[in-house]
Amino acid sequence: MKITVNGTPTEVRAETLAGALDELGYGGAKIASAVNESFVPATARENTALSPGDRIEIVAPRQGG
Amino acid sequence: MQVYGKQITSRLMLGTAQYPSPSVLARAFQRSGAGVATVSVRREAGADRAGTAFWDLVRDLDVTLLPNTAGCHSVREAVTTAHMARELFDTPWIKLEVIGHADTLQPDPFGLVEAARILTEDGFQVFPYTTEDVVLADRLLSVGCEVLMPWGAPIGTGLGLTNVYGLRTIRAQFPDVPMVIDAGLGLPSQAAMAMEMGFDAVLLNTAVAKAGDPAAMAEAFARAVEAGRLAREADPMEPRDMAAPSTPVIGKAFLT
Repeated sequence: MKITVNGTPTEVRAETLAGALDELGYGGAKIASAVNESFVPATARENTALSPGDRIEIVAPRQGG
Repeated sequence: MQVYGKQITSRLMLGTAQYPSPSVLARAFQRSGAGVATVSVRREAGADRAGTAFWDLVRDLDVTLLPNTAGCHSVREAVTTAHMARELFDTPWIKLEVIGHADTLQPDPFGLVEAARILTEDGFQVFPYTTEDVVLADRLLSVGCEVLMPWGAPIGTGLGLTNVYGLRTIRAQFPDVPMVIDAGLGLPSQAAMAMEMGFDAVLLNTAVAKAGDPAAMAEAFARAVEAGRLAREADPMEPRDMAAPSTPVIGKAFLT
């Protein structure tokens, strides 16, 4: 299905957030995620189903002031 | 200084952005003795693992992390970002920024209070980046904030304390609330002035990161913060308009 990942249109086969993160190369990475602007805790990724058009944000620790 | 039940050893808080290299950042933190480091969350590309590398760097600094919601312009955006930061950095602390004006980066006071209320109810310990407005300060305290972070000047300007009257007023109105001057400082003398005025700590980033020698500037700020705090505790003299001789007049030789 076609979704948007960090603002970029992306095609994924996975049907859950956890599956999509693995498929996109985030397995084991220190990240946090949101789907359609709502935070999804790491513990809920397995049970978060994706639908075509969903918008996923994936963030990681970064420099800040 | 104690905030949300946690003792903070240094009254200098330092940001982690804009340094020329990770090693310069690490050296600046070493020489600053800062006990708190501000950090952020940003988009991660799948393969580059930049987040993991940065996480390893800040973990080695051995400081308390204060994640921020920098760049957020709405309540929802700030709340979602705070949740992601809490999961990533494993801390209830959040430096709450809800920006209301693009040019000055002035906080949106209405959104700030609403976001602070939501986050406090959800167990966050909120450090609100605010203006020196006493009414806004009162609202932030009423929704559960236990610390206030009034700006000295707009972020990144280095202008120092642009509204001394307002800052004195907010300090005097809430004498028991920990307050950190956050943003706008450019020189150590401005940090010393903030501490002399009775603020509990200062938080800065650009003034150190963009200095020609960030490590030296970090140490300069650390010394200024210590000097300002010591002066405050030493109970400074009251200024007066007319001169007063410091040398005793009594016993002066009568010479004409």
